[in-house]
Amino acid sequence: MPRMGPSFAETPMTAAIGSTGTGGRVVSSPRAAWLRVEGHWQWYRRHWHATVFSGIAQPVLFLVAMGIGFGSQVEPSTATRGMSYLVYLAPALLVTGALQNAVGESTYPVLSGFKWQKDYLAVVATPITPGQLLAGQLIWVAMLVSGNGLAYLLIASLFGALAGPGVLLSLLVAVLTAMACSAPIMALSASINNDVNVFNGLFRFVVMPMTLFAGTFFPVTQLPGWAQPVVWLTPLWHGTELSRGAAFGELGLWPAAGHLAYLAGLFTIGVLLARWRFRRRLVV
Amino acid sequence: MTGGGRVLDGALVRAGGLVKRFGDFEAVRGIDVDVRRGEAFGFLGPNGAGKSSTMRMIACVSPRSGGELSVLGMDPDRDGPRIRARLGVVPQQDNLDVELTVRQNLHVYGRYFGLSRARVRAKADELMVFAQLSDRAGDEVEPLSGGMKRRLTIARSLVNDPELLLLDEPTTGLDPQARHLLWDKLFRLKQQGVTLIVTTHYMDEAEQLCDRLVVMDDGRIAAEGSPTELIKRYSTREVLELRFSPGEQEDAQQRGIAELADRVEVLPDRLLLYTDDGEVALEAVHGRGVRPASSLVRRSTLEDVFLRLTGRTLVD
Ligand SMILES: Nc1ncnc2c1ncn2[C@@H]1O[C@H](COP(=O)(O)OP(=O)(O)O)[C@@H](O)[C@H]1O
Ligand SMILES: [Mg+2]
Repeated sequence: MPRMGPSFAETPMTAAIGSTGTGGRVVSSPRAAWLRVEGHWQWYRRHWHATVFSGIAQPVLFLVAMGIGFGSQVEPSTATRGMSYLVYLAPALLVTGALQNAVGESTYPVLSGFKWQKDYLAVVATPITPGQLLAGQLIWVAMLVSGNGLAYLLIASLFGALAGPGVLLSLLVAVLTAMACSAPIMALSASINNDVNVFNGLFRFVVMPMTLFAGTFFPVTQLPGWAQPVVWLTPLWHGTELSRGAAFGELGLWPAAGHLAYLAGLFTIGVLLARWRFRRRLVV
Repeated sequence: MTGGGRVLDGALVRAGGLVKRFGDFEAVRGIDVDVRRGEAFGFLGPNGAGKSSTMRMIACVSPRSGGELSVLGMDPDRDGPRIRARLGVVPQQDNLDVELTVRQNLHVYGRYFGLSRARVRAKADELMVFAQLSDRAGDEVEPLSGGMKRRLTIARSLVNDPELLLLDEPTTGLDPQARHLLWDKLFRLKQQGVTLIVTTHYMDEAEQLCDRLVVMDDGRIAAEGSPTELIKRYSTREVLELRFSPGEQEDAQQRGIAELADRVEVLPDRLLLYTDDGEVALEAVHGRGVRPASSLVRRSTLEDVFLRLTGRTLVD
């Protein structure tokens, strides 16, 4: 709609408010989610350095310390699938790093949107809906984790830690694993109010043990028999199995389908839960 | 007007028997409100009266628990996003993205309304002039003063050229100078044809800004009218305020000064005598041998209206 003469000619203040009701419109859902991604990108442009440690440096440091340092003491064997320990470790650390990164992005930053900064409340006062807000948040975390994972792979390749181009498939697996955790944790973050101890518990009693025992650093078959079924329940184990399989080109069709189904299922349930919790929290 | 609901009779907001419940608790207990195009409409009431709950229902971020509500001729339950596209909202609590710059806040927010990048850029520049924040354009929001943040929140609410602007306690926490500045800006917005709905617990704000208002208390509407009408209906032209040295107020009450005015309100720290001529009443008080520590004759305000309607003061 053309904005007519008088308001243009006047001072900026008047022009700012010159014609009413010609501005806003409702955008489609995919576009709404994408506009949220744009918003996150605006934040990232200023604050990217705050994410580099947890997103990139941390897995790289683990790769150096464990893969190169500790790995120098490890002989290639059937346990490392005949690879050097560094090459064995690299695709698994990709998944572990992505998962930790995504968990971090799905806890405090999400709770803050509801509780401290309350910027989610500002968003849902626009035509954007809680579901679109959630979609934007998930897409953003997926993009961040992808970018960080790619950076990790580039650095890992400098150390000669990569088995081959299959690791690009591993990157997709890493992002899927990360999002399978991110979605339900966003549902959790949308449900808690004061008890941030829940987050500490999550890191200490879920993420950390999973990182240590779910197949990142050594094969699960080394664990006592009773512990193995527990590990099979963790998304990280499925992601790690898939990632190594993709990187080393030795993945059976049926195991791959099983792992993928598990991760996709967890992601789907997580999204449904998160959508429900976001609505509950924002529409009161 | 952009598509969507047609407002035939000029009522931008129409509420009938509107109710908001939180669990068992009824925060808004069946209110009737009509807001006409182009007016500045106020909800005046103390904390907890249900003003914000009402505003959030009008803003289509909080579903009503009962009654009827139409905003811009549409039903918030069905057309929330379409209505919100044409509203400007200033919430009681600022919810800016404090890790973004002033300009980024306006850009990002404007984009949610489907505005093009170019449009949002131009708009942001205009609004920063409006809010006197142009020299802080590239600064992060976090360290800005409360007044600056409030101005930015208000500027942000204008990014989509709203037809209806909802302001929930717009000047709470601002110093007097900043308040007057803001009132001036809101007045100009109204002149531009923007319909304003304002909540406040400041009677001077309601008097300055509102063409029409409702006095709200305990989830209900106690009275409705223009500030002058309300004062005329529920109060006298003047008020004589008497303050006493400690212990002497009761003594004064016993000397029958209640007869000297149309009505007397007894507050812990003073007596209010409602009368059309305060000076005459003061002489009569002196005539009864009552010697207040200080006295003041003033015009009635909405504060007096509220006191009359509820027996309580607005701001404690
Ligand atoms: N989300 C909520 N859950 C429960 N009670 C609420 C909620 N929001 C407001 N209330 C209650 O509703 C009443 C009215 O609150 P509010 O609308 O904020 O009043 P006002 O804005 O006039 O101060 C208060 O008693 C408040 O505690
Ligand atoms: Mg309030």
